[in-house]
Amino acid sequence: MELKDIYENVINGQAPAVEAGVKAALASGVAADAILNQALIAAMDEVGRRFEEGDFFVPEMLIAARAMQAGLNHLKPYLAESSIKSAGKVAIGTVKGDLHDIGKNLVAMMLEGAGFEVKDLGVDVSPEAFVKAAQEGAQVVGMSALLTTTMSNMEKTIQALKDAGLRESVKVIIGGAPVTQDYANRIGADAFAPDASSATRTVRQLLGN
Amino acid sequence: METVLTNKDKQVIISPDHPFVIIGERINPTRRKKLAESMAQSRFDLVQEDAINQVSAGAQVLDVNAGIPGADEPALLRGAVEAVLGVTDVPLCFDSANPDALEAALSIYPGKALINSTTAEESMMSRVLPLVKKYHAAVIGVITDESGIPATPADRLAVARKLVQRAADFGIPAEDVVIDCLALTVGADSKAGRVTLDSMQLIQSELGVNLSLGASNVSFGLPDRKIINVAYLALGIARGLTAAITDPTVPEIQTTLMACDLLMGRDDYAMRWIQAFRRREKAKAAAQS
Repeated sequence: MELKDIYENVINGQAPAVEAGVKAALASGVAADAILNQALIAAMDEVGRRFEEGDFFVPEMLIAARAMQAGLNHLKPYLAESSIKSAGKVAIGTVKGDLHDIGKNLVAMMLEGAGFEVKDLGVDVSPEAFVKAAQEGAQVVGMSALLTTTMSNMEKTIQALKDAGLRESVKVIIGGAPVTQDYANRIGADAFAPDASSATRTVRQLLGN
Repeated sequence: METVLTNKDKQVIISPDHPFVIIGERINPTRRKKLAESMAQSRFDLVQEDAINQVSAGAQVLDVNAGIPGADEPALLRGAVEAVLGVTDVPLCFDSANPDALEAALSIYPGKALINSTTAEESMMSRVLPLVKKYHAAVIGVITDESGIPATPADRLAVARKLVQRAADFGIPAEDVVIDCLALTVGADSKAGRVTLDSMQLIQSELGVNLSLGASNVSFGLPDRKIINVAYLALGIARGLTAAITDPTVPEIQTTLMACDLLMGRDDYAMRWIQAFRRREKAKAAAQS
């Protein structure tokens, strides 16, 4: 019952209620990983599904992610205690020369909502900064570009990963309004995702979970 | 302040005392698969179709963008511009961040074009402004600089001032700098629309320059985007917006902008409004018969 409430409150973007729900569930002895998987992650999956279907809009996704975040922050110490493994490490950013961050932020939030450890590199991210994140253990590098003029920096980043000898050890996923599957194939990215929800699914596939 | 654009002997004036100028946005291959495929093969029939449709829907200027990843942008932009010049006589706006592409278009253009755009980043201004001067064009200055998009209207005014001053350094008068206050997405930040409106008002009153806006970004991620976009244009016009890069083939945009002109005192005896009404009635009657 409690988990169902948390789940509903995440979907409805009620951050204080989610936080209170997580506290109450922990106090009554519900396992942290059950709260994470059956309430928080399950809710964000549902939010993603609704967004893909066109039933949910960007602000609803943002407040749901914020509510999930509020719950997750409270849950984190307990997760560490019970040594729950993260779903994987992802570094994400908008490429050099490009300041658009909404899509990138949505993807980052959805990935966190799906249990990934996300390092958000921000906007205007140089190839070197992506390389550094990969050196620091990111298993997936996610790049966003909203301009035809900055897309080419995705290719440059992939080249920089190759030059650093890291291309074989990381998966590269790209997205953004002008980006297509064709373009991903052409520049040698591992995957393309058209929106935040499918990005989460695709990253799960890339890491084989 | 008057920003005059020309194409041969055809002239368009952007100014608070003239009708609002619609810069037609449709000639842009981003997210338009068919158009992108044909342009990539140097076929410009769809470009010409878009040009004709937008002008008949009320575009006074046409934006031309030929940014296709991996393609030869200078050649494509020049080809698209030639194609558009072949079917319309309105002034053009060249939409590229590539100085070579801009120069390829400017060098064949018979008049005073608008360049879309430069930011206030020194690396951009030092490449774009010399072209504006050399070809006696006008330029859209987007208020973002090395540190990103300023958060407050006062900081946006400072960036707009920098754009106007740097243009002056190159011998470009303030009337040939049209400032774009950047419509950010209200779906991600509920205050974003307001900050841009306040910036427009401040920049208009302090610098007196013409203002343009790529308005459709404001409604990204929301339902019924058209209504939001149109309301935003109307609010902007009340604060000094004199041009917008938008889609005139959307009937609501066309009629709202015309109503704004009437309400802002730019349509004597409501003649344009009445004529446009008659055209709509006629089209309706023709569709019914």
